[in-house]
Amino acid sequence: MLVFVIRRLLVTVPVLLAASMFSFALIDVTGDPLADLLVQQPPPSQEVIQAERERLYLDRPAYERYWLWLTGIGGNGDIGLLQGEFGPSVQGPAFDVGAEVAARMGVTLRLVAAAVLLALGLAVATGVVSAMRQYSVVDHTLTFIGFLALAMPTFWLGALIKEAGVWANGQLGTTVFSTIGASAADTRGMDLWERIADAGGHLVLPTVALMLTGYAAWSRYQRTAMLEVLNSDYVRLAHAKGLRRRTVMRRHALRTALIPLTSVAAVTIAEILAGTVLIETVFQWRGMGTLLVEAVRTSDAYVLMGWLMLAGTLVVLANLAADLLYGVLDPRIRYE
Amino acid sequence: MSETVRDGAPPPPRGRLRTVAARFARHRPAMAGLAALAALVLFAFAGPLLWTWDHTVSGEIPSSAPPGPEHPLGTTSAGNDVLGQLMRGMQQTLKVAFTVTVLATVVGSVWGAVAGYFRGWVDAVLMRAVDVLLIVPLLVVVAAVGGNVRGGTTWYGVALVIAAFAWTPISRVVRGVVLSLREQEFVEAARAAGASHARIVFRHLLPNAAGPIIVAATLLIAVAILVEAAMSFLGFGIQAPDVSLGLMVQHAKTAAFTRPWLFYPPGLAIVLIALVINFIGDGLRDALDPRQAMVRS
Amino acid sequence: MTAEEAAVEAVSDPVAGSRPAREGAPVLEIEDLHVSFPTEDGRVRAVRGVSYRVHRGEALGIVGESGSGKSVASLAVMGLLPRGAEVRGAARVLGEQVLHLPDEELSRVRGERIAMIFQDPLTSLNPVYTVGRQIAEAVRAHRAVSERKALERAVELLGAVGIPRPEERVRSYPHELSGGMRQRVVIAIAMANDPDVMIADEPTTALDVTVQAQVLEALEAARRHTGAALVLITHDLGVVAGHVDRVAVMYAGRVVEEGPVDAVFSRPRMPYTLGLLGSRPRLDEERVRRLAPISGAPPTLLAPPPGCPFAPRCPMAEDRCTAEEPPLRSVGAGRTAACHFSERLEEDGADTLFGRPDRAPPSTAPPAPDGAAPLLSAKGLVKHFPVRSKGVVRRRIGDVHAVCGVSLDLREHETLALVGESGCGKSTTARLLLRLLTPDAGTVEFEGADIAGLPRARLRRLRQDMQIVFQDPFASLDPRMTVAEIIAEPLRIHGLYRERGGAADVQRLLRTVGLGPEHGARYPHEFSGGQRQRIGIARALALRPRTLILDEPVSALDVSIQAGVVNLLEDLQEEFGLAYLFVSHDLSVVRHIADRVAVMYLGKVVESGPADRLFTSPTHPYTQTLVSAIPLPDPRKERRRQRILVTGDVPSPSSPPSGCRFRTRCPKFADTLSPAEQSRCIEEEPPLDPWAAGHLTACHYAEERALWSEGP
Repeated sequence: MLVFVIRRLLVTVPVLLAASMFSFALIDVTGDPLADLLVQQPPPSQEVIQAERERLYLDRPAYERYWLWLTGIGGNGDIGLLQGEFGPSVQGPAFDVGAEVAARMGVTLRLVAAAVLLALGLAVATGVVSAMRQYSVVDHTLTFIGFLALAMPTFWLGALIKEAGVWANGQLGTTVFSTIGASAADTRGMDLWERIADAGGHLVLPTVALMLTGYAAWSRYQRTAMLEVLNSDYVRLAHAKGLRRRTVMRRHALRTALIPLTSVAAVTIAEILAGTVLIETVFQWRGMGTLLVEAVRTSDAYVLMGWLMLAGTLVVLANLAADLLYGVLDPRIRYE
Repeated sequence: MSETVRDGAPPPPRGRLRTVAARFARHRPAMAGLAALAALVLFAFAGPLLWTWDHTVSGEIPSSAPPGPEHPLGTTSAGNDVLGQLMRGMQQTLKVAFTVTVLATVVGSVWGAVAGYFRGWVDAVLMRAVDVLLIVPLLVVVAAVGGNVRGGTTWYGVALVIAAFAWTPISRVVRGVVLSLREQEFVEAARAAGASHARIVFRHLLPNAAGPIIVAATLLIAVAILVEAAMSFLGFGIQAPDVSLGLMVQHAKTAAFTRPWLFYPPGLAIVLIALVINFIGDGLRDALDPRQAMVRS
Repeated sequence: MTAEEAAVEAVSDPVAGSRPAREGAPVLEIEDLHVSFPTEDGRVRAVRGVSYRVHRGEALGIVGESGSGKSVASLAVMGLLPRGAEVRGAARVLGEQVLHLPDEELSRVRGERIAMIFQDPLTSLNPVYTVGRQIAEAVRAHRAVSERKALERAVELLGAVGIPRPEERVRSYPHELSGGMRQRVVIAIAMANDPDVMIADEPTTALDVTVQAQVLEALEAARRHTGAALVLITHDLGVVAGHVDRVAVMYAGRVVEEGPVDAVFSRPRMPYTLGLLGSRPRLDEERVRRLAPISGAPPTLLAPPPGCPFAPRCPMAEDRCTAEEPPLRSVGAGRTAACHFSERLEEDGADTLFGRPDRAPPSTAPPAPDGAAPLLSAKGLVKHFPVRSKGVVRRRIGDVHAVCGVSLDLREHETLALVGESGCGKSTTARLLLRLLTPDAGTVEFEGADIAGLPRARLRRLRQDMQIVFQDPFASLDPRMTVAEIIAEPLRIHGLYRERGGAADVQRLLRTVGLGPEHGARYPHEFSGGQRQRIGIARALALRPRTLILDEPVSALDVSIQAGVVNLLEDLQEEFGLAYLFVSHDLSVVRHIADRVAVMYLGKVVESGPADRLFTSPTHPYTQTLVSAIPLPDPRKERRRQRILVTGDVPSPSSPPSGCRFRTRCPKFADTLSPAEQSRCIEEEPPLDPWAAGHLTACHYAEERALWSEGP
């Protein structure tokens, strides 16, 4: 098992490396980190520009910069992914990218985790009900809802939900729904429980909006998987044994139909990660999503690279977790 | 009967096509989707020819007017006709989506077919490249790349960026289909008869993979629409003064309860287009899936 | 109906003998059962008025081809039909009507009174639970016992169905067991609550013949153990012959004949039964006569025409047959048949009715004598396939030794059969001969020229001399091409299409295989399995090859269709002087068509020689078990036959046993050899040495064994 995990991680290293080279080249070609500086009014002096260029290592050729970004060898100690440094930001020397990422990551992961759990629960329930009552009114309704969710732009729904929260607060004359930020503006003086309640309250509306992406994909998938299992020989045999319908559904159909969902869930987590970018923008969270948007706006090359690598690593880890879970759920898969 | 077997171009595979068409025609949501899509395309492309206002600001348009006889969908605060914007926005969105789909399907099909047919190291190299592209979420990478471009992008620029990353799922589908097709006995029969690689790929494998390719391509249209809209919403896609549906939502994102005529049309337009395309894709999948023996009752 | 029922009741079963005689009310009674399904093209009436009854301890065989409705009827009894199926009529278990029972009450009957065994053991068990748990579950569904007690019962049941070391096996997951073992687990589940009836739906169809014998034995054990009545549903007349008391023949959704098994097999009273018996080649029959095929194909059940459904294929049909569907009526002691002219069949056999001429005398050009240079000659062929680990890191973790040093000679105008069970390497060998696969070692010579190392261009020339016909007529034709395009493709590839006459040549080929020129414009999906196989043969003949490799060419076809294709192959051999390499697991067909036979086991040829010798006096223990495991469609002979049962399963081809590869299952090794003799089998691999003229065998202790006790 451990050997499998290690080997599996080793395989992803070259893929991540290739992805990083590719992204580095793309970001380098498409944007110029100095663009904002150059259009400043009044125009900055040549010395300022030159200093900034050197601070961002833009005076070196691209391949050298990539090596520097990766290893930090020959840099000023503020760069080198392998040393835990993301590199300098266009925001200025005081902007510590690592600290910023650390602060924002927790916020975003909280949102992702809540959305994934909610989406999984709803999707499994929906898929099972739909499959067991195939072609009934319930099934058709749930299927239509699934299609609607699949077609729904996250950002639009998010905006709608947020405004609905604002409107409801206005109608009730008090703040029932928190619509801005990941937590209250000032959390000083709150004890732990109050902080958790506060964060939870802020989580509600964004989670509902973000959940839709996963729900749409998984409920359809769960329905298909469940239908396939319901038509399988071993479910027929379970009926033939004399088990009650409910027992067959729970013990044989659902249990087996959940297995393929694990790998699909891992794939969709990437999409949910993308969804956070939109949801955080709508709800004005200071999370990883808005960090990406800011970095893109300012062509902050090293921050962008760091973001992409973190996202890639997260996706890889999610897939690994899915594989391991698969091994636990399905005795046919054994990792030597 | 001998004329039907004469030399020359083979007759189109009517038998199968007819079955598929008949099955598709029986799929009511898909047929409704097809009709709705036709209406939407007509609205987006022929509508501007008939309507007074285009998407640009005009001094003759009152600011922030609610829907009325002059402006059925109202106006923006800057003085745009929302109906005119909507037509233009849908046009841009549809153009991007179809361009993405054509490009991504061609690249993805060839990539996947080559990997699946030759297997071995060719497959390993090609599919590792796909892994590399798949490692970062689609929206993130197109936003990062598209938004990084200074001075904004045109609709085909957006389409190119999305297509550059969106073909990978198609290649996986095609590879999977080709991997199983190449083990089929009819492919072995062609090899036993001495057929070349090109003949096997183009005469046997790709025509038989057409079903899954069409389905995957249809679903890709919907994905492309949503990604384009999200890019515009973040401000990384089509830029003002041009409009796209995502950009319209961005401008109206706090207006849902104050000026709903700005908020709902672009959002509902996206939902509607994506929805009907998904219905069509679902109908195609059912029609092309040979396991569909039982009729829905 | 009542008169017939009385007749059925009255008969005293002549064969029951040791088995308990029928007594009292039937345990399972089906009356006027109708089942229909909605499909795209309309409602299919899969079962149209089926009635049968089974008494305590009795075994009823239900025989029919695919689409005859034989499985649907029993699934209806169990309430296991897919949604949308419409069921009418009555099914009574111990007098209680079970059709349309609510789930709660039905689950009381299922597993407790009536148990079922399905066809495919690979998919019948839930992959995520141990087999012990799945058996225990069946016990606990009807008995209030603890999990531990139920598991003890599971061990006991596994032992009863002949699974070695049951206390270990209860903890196995299904994927850790072979197909034969899994089917025995399914039988154990069926036995769990001592049911009154067991329905076995094609229980051995997915299994190899030696494993089939083991599973049938387990089924018999289950009956002895529980005293249950058995309904054995199968397409294989041989399986029915040896294991049931009475037999019902189904055709187009109806029972068309029913009666005691001996009587039905020896004197069928319905032309279809007669045709079925006559179209099947027999292992105990010399190959001097042709098979008597039934023309045409079973009718579609979408809109069954009026009259007898068999009339369009029946040589006796008269006007009345197409106008009026014959009822199932009594035709003598305990027998019923659905034929207007049943009485005429008292004298006629299949030969006279279906016209089965003796085979043409050995052709003008007899097979070349032994000494002649072979057309195709393989020496020491070896092929290994890498086994890779699952998952992302697909490391090579071993090799499947598919073919290990096979040598064969195929002479002009002869049929050499390559036989063996699944996984023995016979299909791989066929593909190596054609260079569809490249051998890892060994040579293949065609007319003395080595083809193993030929470059692509030269190889293409060779394709004109050697062609192949595949097993699966549904997978071997490109669904996107018309039949004419499919047949013309080899000609086009070789640039011979115009030269050979283009469309006219395609039409000639279609006629050659018994199809009409108008079929050329259609697509494969418009044809039946038998017709598709003919199209595949036409394609193989297009380049006018001298050798055809036939890879299980009739295995996927229904019995009544097989005979026509076999006859066609024989005719083509006569007409074009073809040499056949006939790959098959079906020894009955091989007996009928082959001049010489090579038997393969785990990648090696263990015995080869003239067909007559191999079937009458085989010398290798494996050949002996193989031949004795083939069921005969003859109840009397089947009961009297001596059987050599092998134990266990075929070892994994990735780690074959040392020495003789068969020793782990060899009955001779286990029962008669001394330890000293055994050690030779373990240490030394027996070479394929001559035994008699043209007869080779690879056994240290080979001896001839007569498997047929002569006599009527």
